[in-house]
Amino acid sequence: MSWIDLGSVTALPERGARCVRLGSLTVAVFRTSTGEIFALRDQCPHRGGPLSQGIVHGTRVTCPLHDWVIDLATGCATGADEGSTPTYNVRVVDGRILLEVPVEALARAS
Amino acid sequence: MKRKLVLVGNGMAGMRAIEELIKLAPELYDIAVFGSEPHGNYNRILLSPVLAAEKTVADIMLNTREWYAENGIALHAGDEVVRIDRARRRVIAKSGFEAPYDRLILATGSNPIVLPLPGKDLPGVVTYRDIADVDRMIAASREGKRAVVIGGGLLGLEAAYGLQRRGMDVTVVHLSPTLMERQLDGAAGALLKRSLEERGLKFVMPAETAAILGDERARGVRFADGGEVPADLVVMAVGIRPNVALAKASGIACERGVLVNDTMQTFDPRIYAVGECVQHRGACYGLVAPLFEQAKVAANHLAEFGIGRYLGSQTSTKLKVTGIDLFSAGDFTGGAGTEELVFKDAARGVYKKLVVQGDKIKGAVLYGDTVDGAWYFQLMRDGTAINDFRENVLFGQAHVGDSGTAGADAVTLLADTAEICGCNGVCKGDIVKAITKKNLFTLDEVRAHTKASSSCGSCTGLVEQLLANTLGGDYSESPAKKPMCPCTIYTHEEVRAAISREKLKTIPLAMRFLEWKTPDGCHKCRPALNFYLLCAWPGEYQDDKQSRFINERAHGNIQRDGTYSVVPRIWGGVTSAKELRAIADVAEKYAVPTVKVTGGQRIDLLGVKKEDLPSVWRDLSAAGFVSGHAYGKALRTVKTCVGKEWCRFGTQDSTGLGVRMERVTWGSWHPHKVKLAVSGCPRNCAEATIKDLGVVCVESGYELHVGGNGGIKVRATDFLCKVATEEEVIEYGCAFLQLYREEARYLERTAPWIERVGLSHVRERIVDDAAGRKKLYARFLESQKYSQTDPWVERAAGVHAEEFAPLEAELPQELVS
Repeated sequence: MSWIDLGSVTALPERGARCVRLGSLTVAVFRTSTGEIFALRDQCPHRGGPLSQGIVHGTRVTCPLHDWVIDLATGCATGADEGSTPTYNVRVVDGRILLEVPVEALARAS
Repeated sequence: MKRKLVLVGNGMAGMRAIEELIKLAPELYDIAVFGSEPHGNYNRILLSPVLAAEKTVADIMLNTREWYAENGIALHAGDEVVRIDRARRRVIAKSGFEAPYDRLILATGSNPIVLPLPGKDLPGVVTYRDIADVDRMIAASREGKRAVVIGGGLLGLEAAYGLQRRGMDVTVVHLSPTLMERQLDGAAGALLKRSLEERGLKFVMPAETAAILGDERARGVRFADGGEVPADLVVMAVGIRPNVALAKASGIACERGVLVNDTMQTFDPRIYAVGECVQHRGACYGLVAPLFEQAKVAANHLAEFGIGRYLGSQTSTKLKVTGIDLFSAGDFTGGAGTEELVFKDAARGVYKKLVVQGDKIKGAVLYGDTVDGAWYFQLMRDGTAINDFRENVLFGQAHVGDSGTAGADAVTLLADTAEICGCNGVCKGDIVKAITKKNLFTLDEVRAHTKASSSCGSCTGLVEQLLANTLGGDYSESPAKKPMCPCTIYTHEEVRAAISREKLKTIPLAMRFLEWKTPDGCHKCRPALNFYLLCAWPGEYQDDKQSRFINERAHGNIQRDGTYSVVPRIWGGVTSAKELRAIADVAEKYAVPTVKVTGGQRIDLLGVKKEDLPSVWRDLSAAGFVSGHAYGKALRTVKTCVGKEWCRFGTQDSTGLGVRMERVTWGSWHPHKVKLAVSGCPRNCAEATIKDLGVVCVESGYELHVGGNGGIKVRATDFLCKVATEEEVIEYGCAFLQLYREEARYLERTAPWIERVGLSHVRERIVDDAAGRKKLYARFLESQKYSQTDPWVERAAGVHAEEFAPLEAELPQELVS
C-alpha cells in the first residue's frame, strides 16, 4: 500500500476541490466547510462531468453539468438519481494530504 | 431515550406529516401509527379511478406495510384509537392496546354525512369514503343493475360515473338546481349536466330525497314530491363532516373541526391535528394540497424547527371524470364590487368565467377548456394585476405573451411518446408512469425522479398539467409560498428583505439569522445568496467564489467535455482588423479547436483547457480585450446594427449608442443573464424587441422596450416609453436594470419577472416616478464602481491561480507506465 503526498491541506479551497492527474486517471480531492477531505474519481456517474468543478455543500458536491448531487463519502448519487463514482482513500497527516495510490484504478485506466 | 410520537389516523394528511418529519429529524421520535382501516396508507383521491376500474387498489397505495417496517414505525392498522387519556398521555385502542405519547397527531379525517332518512340503514345503502365502500359498490354493481346516487357534488358525480363504467344504470338525485354548485355556476353546471347525460347518466333535480324504500334491502328511493326511482344500490354522497368525535371526547376544543393554531397545535399543545378533521382560522379543507401544507408545518414544528406557519390555503378543484374538463378556483360567484368576464361557446362546449375585483382575479370557473386553469390560479394566488392584458385574459396565456416558464398546451391530447422535456428527453408516458408508480405529488418530486422540467424549465407548465391530470383535482401546482430551496422555509423576497433589514453581510450570517436547515446550503441557495448580498452591499460584500457556479468561478463556460469557452468582449459588436488578428493568434497559439461567431455578435473560442485559461486571457488582455462575461448571470452583450453612420435607413447612431451602453453596463451582475440591443430604425436589424432591454431608434428619439426573450420561448418586449436623448436612454436603461437586479428572483429572466410583477409596476417605477428613477440610476452607477474590474486581467496576473492549476503529485516509479 503506498500513499502519495498531494501537498498542504491549505492548497485546497474550503467548500471546494482541486484535481490531481495520475497518469490517465483524474482524481478530485475535496475539502468541506468542516475541513473533511475526500477523494473521488473526477467523473460524474451521469454523463462524466468533472465533479471537481461543482459547488460543494455539506459533504456533497453538485455536478456542474446537470446538477446531480453526489455524496462525497460514498460516491453515490443522492435524491432520486442512481449511480456511483469510485472513492479513494485519503488522509491528512501533519497538515499534508496523503492519497492512497489507487493501483487497480490506474491499471484499468491505462 | 427517544420521545414517543403517536399518529391517530393512518391517512394521507397524517402520514404526510410523518414522512416530512422523518426527512427533517429521523432520530427524534419513536413513532406509532393507528388507523381504523386494515391497510397501509393509500391515495384516497384516486378512489374514483378504482371505482371506475381505471386503476387497482395496489396502484394507489402510498405507504405499504413494508414501508412502515423499514422506517421503524409501529403500524396498528385496523385497531382504531377509542380514547385519549391526556392526563397520563396515553392512547387506548379498540383492542385494549395502550400506547404512551409525548406528542400526538390527530388526523382522523372526516366522515361521510348520512342523511337521517327512513331506510338509511338498509343493506344496499352505502356512503363513499374508503376502500371498503368502493368494494361494497363494486360488489353491488355485479349483483344489481340500478343505482341511485344521492348528491350531485364532486364525490357524487365521480361515484355515479364509476358505477356507470361498471355497467350500472345510474340516476343522480340532487337537491340544488345546479350540479357541483359549490364549484360551478349555473351555466357551467348545465354544460356538465348535458355532457354527463350524453354519457348515459340520468338526473333528477332539483329533488329532495324523502325515504329509502325496501324491507330487507334497498329497492329504491322516494322523493318529497312523491316520485320514486327503483334502485338496487343507493349511494349517499352528500358531503363530509370533520371527524371530531375522539377529540371532543378527550376534551379538546372543537367547533366544526378540531381547532388548531398556525403551527397546527390544538388547545392541548402536545396534541397536533392535521387534515380534514381540522378547523384552521374558521376554514375546513377537503382537498389534498392544503392538507399537505398543514402536514409540512406540523412536521416542521415537531422537528423543533418551530418556524413554519400555516396561513390557510386557496384551493382549486378538478373533476376526475375521464373526458370532462372542469376547473374551478376561488370565489367564482362574484357579488358586490366584482365583475365577471365570461366566454361561452355552447357548440364547442366551452365556458370560462373569471371573477375580477379591481384588477385582480378572485375566482375562476372553466368548463371544456381548462388548459389555463393553472395559470389563472397562479395569477389569483400571486395577486397579479391583470389590467395590462385584461382584454385577452379569457383567451388564455398563449394570447398574452409567454415567457416560457409557464408554457401550456393541451397536454391531454399528446401521445405517450410525445417529448415533454426537450432538455432531458423525457416523454409524457415516462412522467405519467413516474407519477403513478412512485406516487409523486409535486413538481419538485417529478423533477427529482424524471428530470423533466429540471433544466431550462420551459416545460414546467406541461409537467404541472400532467400532474393535475394524472392526480385529479386535488393537485395544487405549487405552494402559494415557495421557499428559495429546501434548505430554508423563506422565499426569495423574505431572504432579500432580511439581508437589507438586518444588515447581513456574509452568507454564514444570513444563513444563521434565517435558521438555514443545512450547514452550508446547496447549489441552489448559495449562488442566490451570493448575488443578493452582492446586490445589497456593493463595495462591502466580499464575493464568495465557492458559492458561484463553475462558469462564474472560472470566468468561462464549461463545455460537455470539461473544457471551457472564451468570449472576449467586442463592444457593441464593433471590431477591427487588429482585434481579429489578435484573436486569430490566440486561436492558433492554443490550438483552439472551434472558433464560432455568436448570436450576440461576439467570437467564441471553444475547447480551451482550464490550465490554459490564464495565459489565453493574458494574451487577449495584451491586445486590449476584457472579459465578455458570456459565462455569467451578468450583462452579456449589446447587439447593434450599423445605424445612420452607414445605413441609408438609419435614424440615429445606434452603433455608438450601443457601445456607450455597453461601456456603462459591462461587468454588472444580475439575477440571470441580460442581453441588450440597439437598432437604428424600426426595421430593427439588431432584433432589439426580443432582448431584455432593447432600444429602437426613430427620427424623433429612442423607443425603450423591455422584457423580451429570444431563447427558450420567444417573447417580444413590452414597450416601456420613448425618450429624446442618448443620456435619457442611459438613465432609463440603467434604472430598469437596477430595478431588475433589486426585485427579480435569482435565475428569473426579465421576461417572467415582468409577467409576474406587471408592466405597470415597471412603468410606475421607471417612467412615472422621476425621482425614484434617478435613485435607481445612482444605485446602479454606485454598484458599477466595484464591478468593472476585468476578472481576466486579475487572473492572468495570478489571482486565484489554484483554481486553474491541478495539484502536483508524483507517482511511485513502479506505477508509471
